Amino acid sequence: MSFKDAHASVYPKTPWLVTFVTAGDPSPELTLKFMLALEKHSDIIELGIPFSDPMADGPTIQKANVRALKAGTKVKDVFEIVRNFREYSSKPVILMTYYNIVYARGVENFLREAKDCGATGVIVVDLPVEESEEYLRACEKTGMDTVFLAAPNTPDDRLRVIDEVSSAFVYLVSLYGTTGAREELPETAFKAITRAKSVCRKPVCVGFGVSKKEHVKALIDAGADGVVVGSAIVRLIEEFGEGAAEKIEEFVSELRKGLEKS
Amino acid sequence: MKFGEFGGQFVPEVLIPPLKELEKAYETLKEDEEFKKELDYYLKVYAGRPTPLYFARNLTEYVGGARIYLKREDLLHSGAHKINNTIGQALLAKYMGKSRLIAETGAGQHGVATAIAGALFGLKTEVYMGSEDVERQKPNVFRMKLLGASVIPVESGSRTLKDAINEALRDWVATFEYTHYLIGSVVGPHPYPTIVRDFQSVIGRETKVQIMELEERLPDCIVACVGGGSNAMGIFYPFARDSNVRLVGVEAAGKGLETGKHSASLCAGKKGVLHGMLSYFLQDDDGQIATTHSVAAGLDYPGVGPEHAWMKETGRAEYVAVDDSEALEAFSLLSRLEGIIPALESAHAIAYAVKLAEEMSRDEIIVVNLSGRGDKDLEIVMNLLG
Repeated sequence: MSFKDAHASVYPKTPWLVTFVTAGDPSPELTLKFMLALEKHSDIIELGIPFSDPMADGPTIQKANVRALKAGTKVKDVFEIVRNFREYSSKPVILMTYYNIVYARGVENFLREAKDCGATGVIVVDLPVEESEEYLRACEKTGMDTVFLAAPNTPDDRLRVIDEVSSAFVYLVSLYGTTGAREELPETAFKAITRAKSVCRKPVCVGFGVSKKEHVKALIDAGADGVVVGSAIVRLIEEFGEGAAEKIEEFVSELRKGLEKS
Repeated sequence: MKFGEFGGQFVPEVLIPPLKELEKAYETLKEDEEFKKELDYYLKVYAGRPTPLYFARNLTEYVGGARIYLKREDLLHSGAHKINNTIGQALLAKYMGKSRLIAETGAGQHGVATAIAGALFGLKTEVYMGSEDVERQKPNVFRMKLLGASVIPVESGSRTLKDAINEALRDWVATFEYTHYLIGSVVGPHPYPTIVRDFQSVIGRETKVQIMELEERLPDCIVACVGGGSNAMGIFYPFARDSNVRLVGVEAAGKGLETGKHSASLCAGKKGVLHGMLSYFLQDDDGQIATTHSVAAGLDYPGVGPEHAWMKETGRAEYVAVDDSEALEAFSLLSRLEGIIPALESAHAIAYAVKLAEEMSRDEIIVVNLSGRGDKDLEIVMNLLG
């Protein structure tokens, strides 16, 4: 099976709506409910494993990490959540976390556990290609998909390498800053998409600051293969707590409309 | 560039280009005659270098063992070694054309030293400080403001030093075009541990010349306290190849290593990755970073510089821990015997040096890096000792 065929058997056709929640926020029990709410209108679920020091995240997701850890969420609980999710859905689940979480368990062990619970791939926010030799070898061995980050200031030669080592998609950060919903999309996003699409062969998904249907539409129109929405969803959990599932479903179904070709 | 397996650049992709820019600028400027001349000038006439190497006669007699010398970094402007690095990096920032400095601070010492350097070179300075620490260290907050810097309280995480670093990194991700992140210790992603080590190495270079003048030989042992590890690396590094010189780093055992309330990442931590580097960290089984404790706020950090991790691994240096009460005892002892009030951080080194000196012979030599003075700690000590 070619890479393309293998990819197509796991991932739906682009464009994608990728949606994010932090596992364990506000409790491990509720996360499954939220994932199922996301699932109906999303192509890929990104599930954050909480970390004590989420340095690439803005205030919204930082607070989600705090809530999750306060609720006692352990990494094994996150794997359990994915295992339970698999009873209801076959949609791809990408785990997103920081390298210390992976490293503390032993890189290969972490990936094997992730694979066994039914996760599709992993994003490690603070692991650039230069530091990822052991990680990449273990991903290949365990069959976990990889997603590396690219940024507006990533030069073409690096983009090429990032594209090379990302088996699921390239996660293009739209701006200079941390995660967090923003009113307006930054100009940097559009320039970055044009450049990334000219260099990368894998799907390019754009995230950071995306919070509305209009944003989704504008990014897809600019050539993105997918759009990642995180903080805007996490904000609903912050506001509505246990009752957020319905709001999430409503919100994601609205975002989904941004994918429709005009 | 790594120290064995330690160090590295574990940062989000967006920070790779600014780190490369910094590395390139530093590699060029460190060989640049004009830059070196300017740095030397400010270290000499502004910071007060060289600092004396003082034979602590009274302490030596009291202990009755090895001859104890103190490298008097406490006499520097700002009262601690931190200024060696802030002047160096602020000058680097100026040469790189950056108009703004950001820094993290725990107790406020590095924040104050950065504010000083910012004022000196006319760079806008903003200091991230955990909101817990802002409360605990009001005089330093006031000092920074007086020096023209803004202090930004950090409300995230445990609201202490490690969170201030996270927040400074978050700022830098958005502002690197015009901002230099002035890291205060030999920590963070490459090239920071190297840059800070190089700027602090002036301590060890001077010590080497001074001890040769005074004793016509190298010391048998060098002792320094280790939080992130900048003063220790500064005095260790120029002696790294002198294999007869024993190097001892003293971590904070806080309320005791067995209590879990300490900051001894080399003595009691595990390998991990945080703040851009692979090193030793205090953490739980899942890799969540622990909260730390030490009576000395400057040692209160859950990690340590990667070059120390490597020195531990290779056996070039040894690392031990001294608890709060031993440090407080040494604080009083040095004040009483020598008329020198040490910083609580440096008091950890004094405490261990006294133990070592006791077991050594009278013709042996110990140098202790007296990294800072204790005026800043008087309130804490008053409350503890009454």
